[in-house]
Amino acid sequence: MSVTPTGAKPYYYVPQPSYWPITGSCALLLMAFGAAAWFNAYAMGPWLVLAGFAVLLTMMFGWFGAVIGESEHRLYNKKVDLSFRWGMSWFIFSEVMFFAAFFGALFYVRNISVPDLGDLGQKLLWPDYTAGWPTNGPYLKEVFTPMQAIGIPLLNTIILVSSGGTLTVAHHALKMGHRGALKFWLFVTVVLGFTFLGFQAYEYGHAYSELNLKLSTGVYGSTFFMLTGFHGFHVTIGAIMLSVMLGRAFRGHFDAEHHFAFEAAAWYWHFVDVVWLLLFILVYWL
Amino acid sequence: MSSIPHDHAAGHGVDHEHAHHPGGIMRWITTTNHKDIGTLYLWFSFIMFLVGGVMALAIRAELFQPGLQLVEPEFFNQLNTVHGLVMIFGAIMPAAVGFANWQVPLMIGAPDMAFARMNNWSFWLLPFAAVLLLSSFIVPGGAASAGWTLYPPLSVQTGMGMDLTIFAVHIMGASSIMGSINIITTILNMRAPGMTMMKMPLFVWTWLITAYLLIAVMPVLAGAVTMLLTDRHFGTSFFNAAGGGDPVLFQHIFWFFGHPEVYIMILPSFGIVSTIIPAFARKPLFGYASMVYATGSIAILSFLVWAHHMFTVGMPAAGQVFFMYVTMLIAVPTAVKVFNWVATMWKGSMTFETPMLFAIGFIFMFTVGGFTGLVLSLVPVDIVLHDTYYVVAHFHYVLVAGSLFAFFGGIYYWLPKWSGRMYDETLGKWHFWTSFVFFNITFFPMHFLGLAGMPRRVPDYATQFTDWNEVASIGAFGFGLSQLIFLYAVLKAIRSGPPAPARPWEGSDTLDIRDPAAGELKRIYLKRNERLMMEHATRRERPVPAQRGANMRTALILLSIAVVLFGGVIAAGYSGGSTAGIGVLGFAIIGFLLVAILRNVRR
Repeated sequence: MSVTPTGAKPYYYVPQPSYWPITGSCALLLMAFGAAAWFNAYAMGPWLVLAGFAVLLTMMFGWFGAVIGESEHRLYNKKVDLSFRWGMSWFIFSEVMFFAAFFGALFYVRNISVPDLGDLGQKLLWPDYTAGWPTNGPYLKEVFTPMQAIGIPLLNTIILVSSGGTLTVAHHALKMGHRGALKFWLFVTVVLGFTFLGFQAYEYGHAYSELNLKLSTGVYGSTFFMLTGFHGFHVTIGAIMLSVMLGRAFRGHFDAEHHFAFEAAAWYWHFVDVVWLLLFILVYWL
Repeated sequence: MSSIPHDHAAGHGVDHEHAHHPGGIMRWITTTNHKDIGTLYLWFSFIMFLVGGVMALAIRAELFQPGLQLVEPEFFNQLNTVHGLVMIFGAIMPAAVGFANWQVPLMIGAPDMAFARMNNWSFWLLPFAAVLLLSSFIVPGGAASAGWTLYPPLSVQTGMGMDLTIFAVHIMGASSIMGSINIITTILNMRAPGMTMMKMPLFVWTWLITAYLLIAVMPVLAGAVTMLLTDRHFGTSFFNAAGGGDPVLFQHIFWFFGHPEVYIMILPSFGIVSTIIPAFARKPLFGYASMVYATGSIAILSFLVWAHHMFTVGMPAAGQVFFMYVTMLIAVPTAVKVFNWVATMWKGSMTFETPMLFAIGFIFMFTVGGFTGLVLSLVPVDIVLHDTYYVVAHFHYVLVAGSLFAFFGGIYYWLPKWSGRMYDETLGKWHFWTSFVFFNITFFPMHFLGLAGMPRRVPDYATQFTDWNEVASIGAFGFGLSQLIFLYAVLKAIRSGPPAPARPWEGSDTLDIRDPAAGELKRIYLKRNERLMMEHATRRERPVPAQRGANMRTALILLSIAVVLFGGVIAAGYSGGSTAGIGVLGFAIIGFLLVAILRNVRR
C-alpha cells in the first residue's frame, strides 16, 4: 500500500468477506422465479415471492446493520465518507434515468402516438377516434374520469414540499447539536411522508372505485399509475429510510460531522420531492 | 486464480485483526478482494462465452444448408435471442467489468474498490441472473424468442420464458449499475497522490466513461422491460395502439439504452488496446489528450443516435437526416482513435507477441466494422440493408473482432501479472491466427449475403445463398474450436507456466506493470510525470506550458463540433433535408476531420 507525502499510513476501510451479498442474490432469484410463476398462474408463485422477500429483509437487516456498526465504530474516515457521497449521488442519477424512461413514455404518447392515432392516416383503422388527452385509446370504450390536480394531489404537493422543509430543519438541528429538535423535526418529516402515502392510497382507491380509472384504462391509466406508482414506491423507501434514521437518532447515533447516512436519506427524500413536482405538473395538471 | 494473497488486515482497524477468512469455495463466494472478484467475472464471462458460442454453432449448423434440418423454427428463434442476450450481458459486459476490477485499483494505486462488499454482490448477481435466463429454455413455451431487442408485440405475446428474461435483465442491470457506481467512485475518489485525471492510464479513462454510460442507460432498459412486463400481465397499453400506445415507443426507449450500450461494450476494449500498443511499440501513446476527448465525444454523441436502428419503422425525413448525420459524426472521434493507435506504432520498435497481435487484429477488424457501420448509417442504404446479414456482419466485426479480440489481448497481456506465470507464446500465436482467419471466414461472407438480400433471424433461406452460408458455418466451427486453444493456453499458464518476471513487458508504462511497491508510488508518479513532460517538450519543440494552449484549442474544436452539429441539423431541418443544407453540414464535417488530422500530424 502506498504512503502519503506526510509519511502517514493511508487508511481505507475494506470490509471483511461477507455472506450478505450471496444471501441477497438468493433472495432475488427466489423472488424472480416466484413472480414469473405468479404472473403465469402457478400456485407456488406468491409463496416463492414471500420467501424471497423474507430472505431479502434478512439480508437488508444484516448488511445495513453491519454498515451501521462499522460506521459507529468509526471505521469510516473522510475518504470512505467521500466514497459514500459519490456512490449515493450516482445512485440517485440512476434513479433519475429510471424515471426519465417513464416520463419519456408519457411525452411520446401525448405528443406522438395519440395524435398519430387520431390522424387522417389512421382513419381507415379507427374511423371514430378523435385524439385528445386524457384518452384510453381508440379501442377501449369504457368511460372514465381523469384525475384532477386540485384536491388531494395539491394537498399532497403541499405535504411533500413541507416535509422537505422540516427535514432541512432537522438537518440544521443535527449540525448545531440540538438533539431534541433533530428528533422532533425528523419525526414530523416521517409523519408527513406516511401521510402523503395514506392520501395516495386513498386516491388510488377512489380512482378504482368511483372514477373507473385503472391501470388498464388505456395509455392514460398506464402512464398515470406507473409514474405515480413508482413514485409512491420510492416515497415508501424514502420514508422507511427516514424512519431508520429517526430510530438511530433516538439511539444516539450521528454527530455534527459524522452523519452521512442521514444526509443520504435526505438527498433521496429531496429527489422524490422533485419527481413529485414534475408529476404534479406533467401528470395531474397539464 | 490469483496467487497473490491480499492482505486486508493491513488497511484495517484493530477490531478486525482476528477476522475469519473463509477458505475453499466460500472464499470465492464471500470475497471482498477486487482481484478475486475480477477473476470471478472473467471466468464467468468465459463460461457464458462458451454457452452463447454453442448456441451460435447450433444456429450456424442449421444454416449450413437451406431447409430445416436440425432445430424447429421456434427453437431457432429462441437460440438467436438467448445467444444475443448471453453474449452481451453474460460474456462481453462482465469480461469488461472483470478487467476493471483487476486493473483499475492497480492502475490508479487504490487499495481496493471503493465499495468492496457491494463489489461482491455486483458479481454474484450475475450467475443467478444467468440461471434465470437459461432456465427459460425449460419452461412451457420455451425461452424468449423475440430477438435480443425484445420488440413488442412479439415479446408481449410469448410465454413465461419472456418473464424470466425480463427479470434476468432487471438483475443484470442492477449488477451493472452497482458495478459502475463502484468503478466511478473508485476512479474519482481513490487515485494515489499525484495521479491527476489527465495522468490516468487510458484504460481507466475509458472505464470511467463506460461506467457513466452504464449508470445513465441501464435504468432506462429496466424501465422499458418493466413496461413490457405490465403490458404482458397487468393490462397497460404502453406498446398497444388499441389503448393509445405504440410498439415503436418500445423501440425508442430500447435503443436509447441500446446505442450507448454499443459503446459500453467497445470503450473498455479501446482502453485495453491503448494500453497494449504503446507497450509493444515501445513508445508512449500518441495523442493521449485527444484520446480522452475522443472517448468523451463518443459517449456524448452515443445519446443522440439511437433512431438509426429504426430508419425503416416510419419516421419524418428530418428525423432520419438528423440521426444519419449525428451517426456519421461519431466516425470522427473514432477515426481520431484509430489514427492515434497507428501513429503510436509509427517508427516504434515493434515486437509481435500475442497481446500485440490481438491489438493489431483489433485495429484492422474494428475499422472494417466501423466502416460498415458508416455504410449502414446512410438512410437510403440502410433501408435496403436493414435486418439483413450485412447488419449481422457489421456488429460481429465490432463485437467479436473488436471487443472480444481486445479482451483476449488483455488476458495475454496481464496474465503474467495476475497469475505470476507466463503463457505459452506459441499457443497464444496459434490462438490468434486461427481466431483471426476463422473469424473472417465466418463473418466476411455475411456482407455478401446481406448485400444479396438474405434476411437475418431466419432458420431457412433461398438456395442462392447456400454457398456463402456453408463457408460461414465452416468458419464458425473453426472459430469455436480455436477458443479451446485459448482455454488450454490459459490453464497451462496458470498450472505450469514458467514464473513471469516482475515486469513481463519492458515497454509497458502503467503502474500495474511497473509494480506499485510500498512507498514507491509517489516517486514513480513524479518521475513518470517529469519524463512525460520532457517528452512532450522535445516532441513539440516548445515549452511545456503550451499544454494550456492545446487544451484551449481542443475546447475550441469541441465547441465547433457542437456549433456545426446544431447549426447543420437546424439548417438541414429547415431546408427539409435539401442538398444545400446537407452540403453545408457535409463540408463542415469534412473540414473538422481535416483540422483534427492536421492538428495531430503537426506534433
